[in-house]
Amino acid sequence: MAIRPRTAFERFWGRFKSNGPAVAGGFIVLSVFVIALLAPILSLYDPAYIDVGKILAAPNSDHLLGTDELGRDVFSRMIWGSRISLLVGFVAVGIAILIGILIGAVASYYGGWIDDVLMQFVDIMLSIPTFFLILAVIAIVEPSIWNIMIVIGVTSWMGVARLVRGQFLALKEKDFVTAARALGANDLRMIFLHLLPNALSPVYVSAVLGVAGAILIESSLSFLGLGVQPPTPSWGSIITAGKDTIEIAWWLTLFPGLAILITVLGYNLLGEGLQDALNPRLKG
Amino acid sequence: MLSFLGYRLFRFFISLIGVTLITFGIMHLAPGEPTDLQTTLNPRVSAQAKENLRKLYGLDRPLYVQYTQWVKRFVTMDFGTSFVDGQTVAQKMMERIPITIVINLLSLILILGIALPIGIFSATHPRSPFDKAATVFVLIGFATPTFWLALIMMILFGVVLGWLPISGYQSLDVGGMSFEQRLADWMKHLLLPVFVSAFGGLAGFSRYTRAEMLEVIRQDYIRTARAKGLSEPVVVYKHALRNALIPIITVLGLSVPGLIGGSVIFETIFAIDGMGRLFYQSVLSRDYPTIMGITVLGTVLTLIGNLLADLSYAFANPTVRLHKTR
Repeated sequence: MAIRPRTAFERFWGRFKSNGPAVAGGFIVLSVFVIALLAPILSLYDPAYIDVGKILAAPNSDHLLGTDELGRDVFSRMIWGSRISLLVGFVAVGIAILIGILIGAVASYYGGWIDDVLMQFVDIMLSIPTFFLILAVIAIVEPSIWNIMIVIGVTSWMGVARLVRGQFLALKEKDFVTAARALGANDLRMIFLHLLPNALSPVYVSAVLGVAGAILIESSLSFLGLGVQPPTPSWGSIITAGKDTIEIAWWLTLFPGLAILITVLGYNLLGEGLQDALNPRLKG
Repeated sequence: MLSFLGYRLFRFFISLIGVTLITFGIMHLAPGEPTDLQTTLNPRVSAQAKENLRKLYGLDRPLYVQYTQWVKRFVTMDFGTSFVDGQTVAQKMMERIPITIVINLLSLILILGIALPIGIFSATHPRSPFDKAATVFVLIGFATPTFWLALIMMILFGVVLGWLPISGYQSLDVGGMSFEQRLADWMKHLLLPVFVSAFGGLAGFSRYTRAEMLEVIRQDYIRTARAKGLSEPVVVYKHALRNALIPIITVLGLSVPGLIGGSVIFETIFAIDGMGRLFYQSVLSRDYPTIMGITVLGTVLTLIGNLLADLSYAFANPTVRLHKTR
């Protein structure tokens, strides 16, 4: 019986599934997806339904996680809030990855002064306190879910740019790249067909970790009232109400915060698991 | 060393120019004129203030003239006048900045004082129960939203246990206190904010220290040091730590923007009148000149942090001084 050599994916999968924390992270990530997808079924109440008779009710059998300052069901609002977190996380990271790939690829492919200028730009962007930058832009463009996705994306691409640049620099020395060039491949073909596909695996890792970061920033912004605007339920904005009622309604703070923590933890575990499985030599 | 210093200073100024360009760009990002946006959206802006603002930014001139004028004023610390109360932005910032710097320095000290030992111990005892516990702490630390941690701490220590005050950085009756009482009062108020602002960095640094130490401990020269009979503390603290510290210092410099940005959150929550809270209030009231002033100043502080990190990096590793590293 012939033994088929394992494909790269099989080797990756073998390493990944034997990594307990990574699998746990993947499970959390999947669960949050399912919850967001099934929000209309899972939420017991309309997340916007205001019940003035039940303002700030502590967790009970009717309202598992209590009610907020307008008598809305916290559990239902958290379930719908997961959609916001995922949406912002993924779109923001998508934007960051696109910009990062473009800048990193152009810098390393063309080298010379283009590289110098672009990398100096990366350094400059990294030295502006990100949160200040984000807030300064939001002060101009009005807080809304679309604006914060763009702002988070535009302020978090620098890591990806550096990663892609580093990968490209290493790849440029490889024989297959020289061969492709000798065959007359043009710049676009070189970048997108030969270099980029071979540079992507650390970008995946950085994307997964980036979702975690974006979710944290979105929740902070929404908490400060500068992110997703009411009445749209988001984890951060539920906690805003928790702050105002801190001496009575601990449940408004505790539960949405745990949701953020667990979700972010899930993406971090998954991202690190991917990293270990993609580059086993780097494992510490 | 001198050429290294010169090179770093050169980069510092290039970055500074870049930052002013970006900040200036943001100002012109809004559709129409910044003054229009200000006046239509902010009922507090009078016609007089609008005229002042137009004059301040010289909006009738070409962009490059506007930019150079703005930079000229920036160099002389003239950031304009706040929309909200007519105070100069420089004055407002100077009032608020000391407490922010104190808290950030205290949390940096806390981070180093706790994270380095944790990281070193984890690396010298890999896979021990302590190492595993530290790993779990790090994972949770990375995933914890700062604002939520601050509130949970307030609920726990302020509301439930009643041990600590939950806002401000001094009591209202601070005037009648002796120096010792005042110091104690201060510490009580700053304990939670400093802890909260250090928390994220704590996780990052202990993890980073562990990784760097593990890397260094595997090196041949460590085996040599052990082989020639040096005691374990000498090997770990003299030979290994000094080499591991080099990248750690850089990361410390890079973490400054995060710390400063975090000030917005914990100062707002703990009602500490520092630069972070001022920034938040300015964003809410669209106090444009203050927003721009703080962004530039926060970045200058970050750049200084990076510069200091680079210099101590050179101090810790003589070879760095010889060639320009990116």
